[in-house]
Formats: sequence, structure tokens, C-alpha cells
Amino acid sequence: MSENRSVITLAHLTREKIEYLLKMAAQFEKHPNRRILEGKVVATLFFEPSTRTRLSFETAANRLGARVIGFADPKITSGTKGESLKDTIKMVSNYADVIVMRHYLEGAARYASEVTNVPIINAGDGSNQHPSQTMLDMYSIYKTQGTLDNLNIHLVGDLKYGRTVHSLLMAMRHFNPTFHFIAPKELEMPEEYKIYCRQNDIRFTEGTDFNEDVISGADILYMTRVQKERFTDLMEYERVKDAYILSADMLGKARPNMKILHPLPRINEINADVDDNPHAYYFQQAQNGLYAREALISDVLGLTLQDITNDKTIIYNE
Amino acid sequence: MNKQLLVSALENGTVIDHIPCERTNDVLTLLKLNSVSSTVMIGINLESKKMGRKTIIKVADKFFSDDELNKLSVIAPDVTLCIIRNYEVVEKKEVRMPEELRDIVRCANPKCITNNEPMHTVFHVINKQRGIMKCHYCEKEQQIKDAKLK
Repeated sequence: MSENRSVITLAHLTREKIEYLLKMAAQFEKHPNRRILEGKVVATLFFEPSTRTRLSFETAANRLGARVIGFADPKITSGTKGESLKDTIKMVSNYADVIVMRHYLEGAARYASEVTNVPIINAGDGSNQHPSQTMLDMYSIYKTQGTLDNLNIHLVGDLKYGRTVHSLLMAMRHFNPTFHFIAPKELEMPEEYKIYCRQNDIRFTEGTDFNEDVISGADILYMTRVQKERFTDLMEYERVKDAYILSADMLGKARPNMKILHPLPRINEINADVDDNPHAYYFQQAQNGLYAREALISDVLGLTLQDITNDKTIIYNE
Repeated sequence: MNKQLLVSALENGTVIDHIPCERTNDVLTLLKLNSVSSTVMIGINLESKKMGRKTIIKVADKFFSDDELNKLSVIAPDVTLCIIRNYEVVEKKEVRMPEELRDIVRCANPKCITNNEPMHTVFHVINKQRGIMKCHYCEKEQQIKDAKLK
């Protein structure tokens, strides 16, 4: 099994490493355009379409001066001819310095990282992990709160299938958070994550109510989508579908520092009247993805925070 | 009082006792006993005080490594083993659950890469008491007793 710098999950990262990557992201936010990756080739292999994530990674690579190869549509790959994932990864490893991959199968990125010495960045493997999303979530929290420590984080909506909330919960374990799980019974936080919380001394409460008073305790309100196809009982869906929609009139008692996050795409779980509210942060959050991904790509290619801070290749557009 | 042996005694080899009858085929598969050249004697539905009914397998002239035997812990954690030399029991063993199960069982998750790619499986045994393993690839936790052999 090869040990390389791949990013498959954030679950095992230390507090120090997370803070290090966030500092790197902050440097990239100051100066997003550089030539520090000139001469490098970044492959983006999307075995499952994801326009948002792919554009963010490709923009990150392009803004650092790397060249990008890859595919956005699995229908045009040899996979449809029966080629194994291993062979595809081995082939692309001959061309690229780093491989960013999204795959519909769980564990695909882990396996890919074992068959090549080229670092793999997991851009989502089925419903398993999506570490760059977690990194941008943490960067957004850090930026808006000034710290990751001792925060009240409310997770709302689909906590059963939502992989972003699971990854965030695990990555936040170093920072003494208090979670509040707000979900309908059918989509409540799975037991294994509650066990994880207890094992790691993460405080949490659970509830089904979502209202002004509940929101008043939050530093971060992390919204997710309640999807109809997740329900076995459609009557239950009809009963709860409007209970987890956030509207501007629910923000009257919110703490001044409270920010609303959402992994996007949003459907109707946040009313459009929230968009211009100072608590809304989901569009900036997506922008933070660019800086977080610039940091991840640089880190797996062996660049250090010092390299980024003392970078002579910064392009000043101002 | 001497009990008559239902299957003949071994001169040299390994006796695998206390196998649940329904797991007989799995034990044969796991230890590749279908393809050995030595004599293999199988007694199914034998009376057992401990289990009601059990299977005993006697394998002549074959001694297994601990790693091979410990694989049995996945399908038959309560089996006992006797190593026979010159008709005498020279060693008794119980199987121990390994920390890692490599290429022994399949992942229960149909969307796991290991079920869709020609590759090995790896599980980490995360709770021996509760019999829970976690797939190294898709990270899904599952019950070891429900696992199907690869």
C-alpha cells in the first residue's frame, strides 16, 4: 500500500494540520492568483457529474498556474468499455501530478490512492466522504467566527443521509463544539455518529423543532435539504417538508455573529428573503471553496505554508 | 466409558471441532479443503452438549498457520482445534479474531468499490465484543456474523 499525500478524508487529521490548511487557505484568499503551480498538471476525473465541485477545483488549479486535464462526463471514458478504475488511474498517473476524482462508488478514492503514487484528492465518493467540502465549511466557520473553538453549531434538515454534516461533525472534534441536531424523526442523526460524539466528548442535543427560539442559540446554522426521495413514508414527508424551511422572519433573535451555511444547491429550504440578510453566508461559503481547494492542491503537491507566504509568483491585478 | 468414534482417528493432522452445521461449507471453502490432496473427514449433525448439533472436520497430514485458522473466527468464532501427532493430541487451540480481515469476506454495501472492481477487501475489526467490523474502503460498519465469504 503506497503512503502518499492523498486527501481521502479529513477524519484523521490533527488539529494542527487542519489549522495549517486553514492558514494556507487564508493566504490564498489574500492572493488567489499565482504561478506557483506552473508546469504542473492537475487531472480532474469526474466519474459522476458534479459541475459545482469540478469548476471549483479547476478554477483553483488554473488560478495557481497549473494546467488541467480530465473529463466531466463519465460516458466518454473507457469505464463504459469495461476498463477498471485501477487501469484508468494508472493511465492518468502517467500524465498528471495530482488527480482530483469524484466517483459514484464509496471507497473509490481510497482504492485509487493505493494503486498510484500520484496524490489523489477525493472530490466525493458516493455518500462516503467529501473532504474539500468539509474544509471549505471549516474555513467559512473560522473566517466568520474568528475561531473554531467552543462554538454552537446547529445542523438542520437531513442529518441521516447528509454526508457534509457527518464529515463536519468528525472534523470539528478537536475544537470543543456543541452540536444541536434538528431533524424530522425519519432523518435524524444516525446512531453511529452519536456514538462517535460520545466517544470524542462532543456535546450534542437533539430536537425536531425549528423556530426563532431554537435559532437564537446558534453561532452557525448549517442548513441541508430535506429530499422527498429519502422518505419511505410520503405522508411523513408531506407533514414535515415545510418544517425545516428557513425564512427571514425566523432570524429576529439570532446572535449577531450567527452565520447561515448551506452546502448548495439549495432548493426551497432557505427562502429567497434570507439571501440579503446579514446572517446569510452560503454564497461566500461557496467562494471559500476556491481558497480551500487551492490549499488542498498545494499541500498534496508538497508546497508548505512558508512557500505560499513567501511566494514570488503572486499575480497582482489591483 | 469409551465413546465410539463416528469418524476414524487421525494419525497426524488437525481436528476442527464445534463448527455450527450450517457453516460447514464455509469452513471448507475458507480453509480451501475442497482442493487439498490429503484425506478430509467430515461429520455433520453430530451430537454436542454445548451446541446441540455440530460438525467436526478432520484433516489428515495438514497443519494450518495461525493466520489461516484465525480466519475461521469470522464464520465460526467458537470452533476448537486439536493438533494431532502420532494419534495424540499435542496441542489445543481456539481461534482469535484478527485485527484486520483481508480478502476473507465481502462488503455488505453494494455501492462499495470492492463489490464493483476486481480487487481485495479489507476490514478493520473495531469492536470484538460486539462483533463489528468497518470496511477500509467505504467505511461502512457492519456485523461480522452477517458477512458473506468472498
